Amino acid sequence: MDFRFDLIVHYLPVFLRGTLFTIGVSIVSILIGSVLGLGIGFGKMAPKAIYRWPFHLYINFFRGTPLYVQILIVHFGLIPAFYGTTNVLMTSFIALSLNSAAYSAEIFRAGIQSIDPGQREAALSLGMSKWQAMRFIILPQAIKRMVPAFGNEFIVLVKDSSLLALVAAPEIMFWSNTMKGQYLRIWEPYLTAALIYFVLTYSLSKLLNYIERKV
Amino acid sequence: MEPIINVRHLNKFFGNHQVLTDINVDIHSQEVVVVIGPSGSGKSTFLRCLNLLEQPQSGEIIIEGTSLMDKNTRINDIRTEVGMVFQQFNLFPHKTVIENIMLAPVQVRKWPADKARQKALELLQKVGLSDKAEVHPSSLSGGQSQRVAIARALAMEPKIMLFDEPTSALDPEMVGEVLAVMKDLAREGMTMVVVTHEMGFAREVGDRVLFMEQGVIVEEGKPEQLFGSPSHERTREFLSKVL
Repeated sequence: MDFRFDLIVHYLPVFLRGTLFTIGVSIVSILIGSVLGLGIGFGKMAPKAIYRWPFHLYINFFRGTPLYVQILIVHFGLIPAFYGTTNVLMTSFIALSLNSAAYSAEIFRAGIQSIDPGQREAALSLGMSKWQAMRFIILPQAIKRMVPAFGNEFIVLVKDSSLLALVAAPEIMFWSNTMKGQYLRIWEPYLTAALIYFVLTYSLSKLLNYIERKV
Repeated sequence: MEPIINVRHLNKFFGNHQVLTDINVDIHSQEVVVVIGPSGSGKSTFLRCLNLLEQPQSGEIIIEGTSLMDKNTRINDIRTEVGMVFQQFNLFPHKTVIENIMLAPVQVRKWPADKARQKALELLQKVGLSDKAEVHPSSLSGGQSQRVAIARALAMEPKIMLFDEPTSALDPEMVGEVLAVMKDLAREGMTMVVVTHEMGFAREVGDRVLFMEQGVIVEEGKPEQLFGSPSHERTREFLSKVL
């Protein structure tokens, strides 16, 4: 089997652009997803069941349906419904953020609920408000415990962003498919894509190990 | 004199299970009240009602003339005046000893940091742990942890201190150092409500002892009377087992 490195070299600038897009969409989505997730996570811990159920529903919908389907719904349903026409960039950021928010919410909820209730009681008994107890006592300890889970979520998100090729978002898989179509080759584009994802996720996991040791 | 804590017809349920039934107690300023009784008798729940860590279903709790059951009462303000010490210490593991003590005075009382630090150092000296100011709680023994927890509660300069089995989680050789701090506090005139199994402490330091069983105050009296000649059969039975 001949392996055409020259084709890969020729396509490298394109792969680089795709990689930057993948990284960008993953970072923005994990950030937006975390902020939304924090709110949704708190919502799911509301004292009254009637306030909990919308958040419960949100989390179960996004965790219980394939991201593939969610991307199509956002791209061909949600965005046209609001803007009249669809938009690949918006689909990419919105679909991944909404999906990531559901997983982040569960990470926040589990992290917060893993803290001994005695910590909160001690804070309240000193006259702190619920918010102060959360901010000074519970969250600092919970976030430490959430770091590994968030790391996993981020790695999964990087890999799952490949599904955006479905709507022609200019990320790694989209360019691999394009290269395959242009040269009618299989190994070169897909092995290159696999290698890029691997390098991304492997460095991420190393970085996360480092952060976990630090916090 | 007006009691500093006034409890009337207090009832508390967990689900359908009634854990406190018609509790009536007056506690006066500078009084040390010790609550004894078998496990599950509701004594800890009673104590936790006094700063609303548990919400009673009915009755009245009045602390310094303010009703805790009144919806308009700001419970956080009450809690600044009522310190609590827990069986499991509940120190904040992510903060150093001195940060544990300073946090509430700075965040709740809005003291400047240097004033809070000064106060914290004084209290650490009082509980004999001046050398532990900068360490994290994980490096402390149980007895040291509980003394820090007492200092943390005292930093808010409370008028009342609640102790929820403060020595029950300690190794036997560490009980003494914690009780010694509590005795000092009693001597200084702190109003204290202490749930404990330390009968020696109850007898020596208590001004009054309440015996609780199945959510009811069965008997109360001065320590010499309650320990010496209990008037209820159940009190006698309990005391014969623990003394």
